[in-house]
Amino acid sequence: MTEKTARISKRQKIKIGRERLQQIIELCRAVEERGLDPFLVDVDDIIAVVRKYFPEWENLEDLCLDAETIHRLASVIKLQSEWVKHRSTSLYTDPFLLEEKIRKLNKEALVEIFLKAWHPIVELEQISLHSLKNAFSYWQSLVPLSERWQEAVQEETITGTVSREELVKEHILADETFAEQLESFWEELKLQTAEKVKIKYWDFVGAESYEETVHRAYMTSFLVTYGYATLEVHPLEEEIYIKPNQKPISKPKSKEQLISIPIPINYEEWSKWRKGEQDER
Amino acid sequence: MRGKRKAYYASKVKRASHLLFYRRHKKPGVKGWELRKNLGKDYPQVLKILNDYLERLDLQVKTVFEGEPATEKTRPEQLDKARFFITLRGALTPKEAKMVGWRIDDLAGLAVTIAYIISRKGRAPRKEVEEILREKLPKWRVDLNLDRYIRYGYLSQDEKEQLYLGWRTRAEVDQKALMDLLLGTEKPQSSVNV
Repeated sequence: MTEKTARISKRQKIKIGRERLQQIIELCRAVEERGLDPFLVDVDDIIAVVRKYFPEWENLEDLCLDAETIHRLASVIKLQSEWVKHRSTSLYTDPFLLEEKIRKLNKEALVEIFLKAWHPIVELEQISLHSLKNAFSYWQSLVPLSERWQEAVQEETITGTVSREELVKEHILADETFAEQLESFWEELKLQTAEKVKIKYWDFVGAESYEETVHRAYMTSFLVTYGYATLEVHPLEEEIYIKPNQKPISKPKSKEQLISIPIPINYEEWSKWRKGEQDER
Repeated sequence: MRGKRKAYYASKVKRASHLLFYRRHKKPGVKGWELRKNLGKDYPQVLKILNDYLERLDLQVKTVFEGEPATEKTRPEQLDKARFFITLRGALTPKEAKMVGWRIDDLAGLAVTIAYIISRKGRAPRKEVEEILREKLPKWRVDLNLDRYIRYGYLSQDEKEQLYLGWRTRAEVDQKALMDLLLGTEKPQSSVNV
């Protein structure tokens, strides 16, 4: 009973902790984005909250939330430091006092003041002999408007029918849909792993030509993403295996997290694999 | 020997004035490294001579440093990254300002906007600036003017609609003088005829 109560209270504490961190992040974001007084944020107080809940965090999401809170707090501290720096400069003015002054002054007085502090840039825009020459040759090559705006004569087109095979031949349609391609690729993987359960990634995607290898790697990435196959990474052996699933798995098992694994398929890698392949033969 | 040296600097000063007066890029002004490339590494000395000469014409060579303003001892790298302009040394009269294409409303709006942003540590939400301008200007003119100040480079705006002081304000406006003048004025003076 006591253990159960302790578990419930821990869960509640985590929930409250998450809410507190979210509130802190929102406050810091408001200060940053709306230009509010950064000293509205009590840094010591926030650090105490972060410290209090830190031992409770176990999963990655909570740790990320904790890190974001610290990151936001750091931005506010930076704003506080800028604020202090600005206050110490000769440009510091109380914004409310300034607003009052601006309201009192009429526009003529404002302009008179501004003109005393304004030293506009002197600049000349000019045309040179060279640019005149360019402009002249452009004008000469320019087609008259009457010709440019002529209505395009529409040629009469004859309509007809075309078969699917002809469209495939013209490369307008693929001879099989992507889903069909993926299915047949999955079958190929199952066939190749019929005896040994899994196969080395490069042995599966590697082909005679580099172009074909890239295409196979592209298809393999979809096999894995759509749950037709699973990748096994053996970091110590620096080897990646691919294992077909008997049925496509749409969702990962609970507690399993989806991760992306970038695998470079460059020409050098392919040549190395190809050479090894030939040596084995 | 002295005559040779004089001729050397005279030709460099001419070249410098061509570079600085005529607009070469989208933005006016010339970067320090461009001046070094065209005038040689003693370009600060050339600019000093040009600046002395321009004083008679009520003009000056203005240096705008990138980021933090330079301290008393400026490093060559800071100068290379800085942008140099020719600006008016003195001040325009309201009549002259009108002659160069500024309406009094537009100038007053610009003055208020710049002063407000300075007082907010160099950054202010556009909405707040619009509110303060709308007290004395019609809404359509406020929108139009703010966009115009941004286009000219007096202001810049980020995706969160925060306004900042632009490169042209840093080049043209003596920010400290503006604030001192604004805060030092007690009563409105309406003796100006534009």
